[in-house]
Amino acid sequence: MTADQPTNRRTFLKRSAAIGAVALLPRPALAQGAAQHVVVIGGGFAGATCARALKRLSPKVRVSLVEQRQIFVSCPFSNAVIAGLRTLSQQQFGYEKIAQSGVEVHLAAATAVNPETHVVTLSDGSRLTYDRLVVAPGIDLRWDALPGYDQAAAEHMPHAWEAGAQTELLARQLSAMPDGGTVVIAAPANPFRCPPGPYERASLIAYYLKRKKPKSKLLILDAKDAFSKQRLFENAWKELYPGMIEWVGLSAGGKVTSVDPAAMTLTTDFDTHKAAVANVIPPQRAGRIAQIAGVADHTGWCPIDPETFESILQPHIHVIGDAAIAGAMPKSAFAANAQAKACAQTVEKLLVGEEPREPKLINTCYSLVAPDYGISIAGVYHPAGGQLVEVAGAGGISPLDATRPFREQEAHYAEGWFKTITAEVFG
Amino acid sequence: MNTDKNVPGSETDGRRRILAHPCSSLFIGVALCLTSFGAAQSAAVTEPPPGASACSGCHATDPSVATPAPRLVGRKPDEIVAALAAFRSGQRPATVMDRIAKGFTDAEIRAIAEWYGEKQP
Ligand SMILES: Cc1cc2nc3c(=O)[nH]c(=O)nc-3n(C[C@H](O)[C@H](O)[C@H](O)COP(=O)(O)OP(=O)(O)OC[C@H]3O[C@@H](n4cnc5c(N)ncnc54)[C@H](O)[C@@H]3O)c2cc1C
Repeated sequence: MTADQPTNRRTFLKRSAAIGAVALLPRPALAQGAAQHVVVIGGGFAGATCARALKRLSPKVRVSLVEQRQIFVSCPFSNAVIAGLRTLSQQQFGYEKIAQSGVEVHLAAATAVNPETHVVTLSDGSRLTYDRLVVAPGIDLRWDALPGYDQAAAEHMPHAWEAGAQTELLARQLSAMPDGGTVVIAAPANPFRCPPGPYERASLIAYYLKRKKPKSKLLILDAKDAFSKQRLFENAWKELYPGMIEWVGLSAGGKVTSVDPAAMTLTTDFDTHKAAVANVIPPQRAGRIAQIAGVADHTGWCPIDPETFESILQPHIHVIGDAAIAGAMPKSAFAANAQAKACAQTVEKLLVGEEPREPKLINTCYSLVAPDYGISIAGVYHPAGGQLVEVAGAGGISPLDATRPFREQEAHYAEGWFKTITAEVFG
Repeated sequence: MNTDKNVPGSETDGRRRILAHPCSSLFIGVALCLTSFGAAQSAAVTEPPPGASACSGCHATDPSVATPAPRLVGRKPDEIVAALAAFRSGQRPATVMDRIAKGFTDAEIRAIAEWYGEKQP
């Protein structure tokens, strides 16, 4: 390693200490002269990208990807499924191509991680010993955070925040709803997966209601006072769905404090709202394996070194994607994919004992307000002061005064992004 | 499964091969191990400079993906540099690239442009 770049000195010193601490532990790969082994837990936008990128950068490294589901169901564009604009099958991707690219794919859940012995245990009983571990399990919904909202309640009041059966349930409920009903969306406080997601969902549901059930209303009960791309959304709602969407923020009493799935009611500090269809997006935390591995802190999320994505809590374990505390970067598939590629570069360098380069990252999140009306938020990020921070003067939201052709073009780019990223990750 | 021809998840060949894999039919939903059949042990790619790998979220590197974002792979570096400079200064109209280009220095842009330019289209 070369520690001559002053910006990297701090991490270099920290890493040296970390490496010193584990140097005496058994390291099977090195002892047997076998290939170095990197295990990635979670085959979503972060983990699958990272496994492939690492194998491409360093074909000699053995890369294992551990994923609990046989078919990945993408959350991005799943709001369009809810509005009847896409089918769930268009959201599904398999792991064949990843396996063919030389990554060892284990379709099993990781059930334990021992950071001392570097062993990951899988649900089929097999064990994988790693030189470096990448933890990318996405989110877990917190079933303990909102009184009345547990897994059974989600069968009546779907969250649809993990795509799949829940997405289809919400779509079915909307199509079964009589005209004139109220759809209620309960949105969580920050941080959570996909900050603009609830509002894109509200938009596309309104698009559906306007055409199929025009007497219906949509109410967003929010646990915060501001949200991503707020002015763009609110302007578009006025233009496209006048009088249909009402947003109630935290200080206006929007925070849902309990739900009753039998009565189909949501209660806030001020009121109880009856819903024809209720979409409850509960608070979240990093996927459970992050806690098991000891990389999640009291917030439920995983603190990382922004230069290397290495856990602050456990050496030799990197955390990327929604599970990580990535400073100013939102929990998005675009961000997860960008972090994953930077993390693969870092891991590759660390395996050969070289100083990793400081990453530079981009995020672009598109939202569809209607099928031909897209808006976006973008940012460029770099490590500074122990965090991933936004590069000043860059990024921001789509112009507030853009023309309709501009919005149409962004909707077109949104679709292009989905095709491109899913091809890069799974194709 | 995906029926969109542009999304490689739609290609069924690979799926059939996996479903034909001996352990999958026995342990559906349990662990099945897809070892790397036909693993491409290709040569390592050169390391992308900071920022470069993030571009491929929108600018497809796979030539079979039809996308409205122009391809960067194999493009003349000077062209990429000029485009980003024009986006940054606002001379060239953009939806999002004006916002992104402002986050990169001249040296970073040059390095990214050269890295993409060197790659085979
Ligand atoms: C409605 C909605 C719309 C969205 N739209 C967009 C959008 O337009 N653009 C955008 O950029 N982002 C969007 N997102 C956000 C995006 O879905 C997430 O940010 C992204 O999926 C994060 O990637 P990840 O790899 O961290 O997690 P995931 O993609 O969830 O992947 C995690 C994987 O890990 C697996 N896993 C977890 N635990 C284990 C274990 N113990 N063992 C084995 N496997 C395990 C899971 O099965 C899963 O496959 C949206 C989200 C929602 C809910």
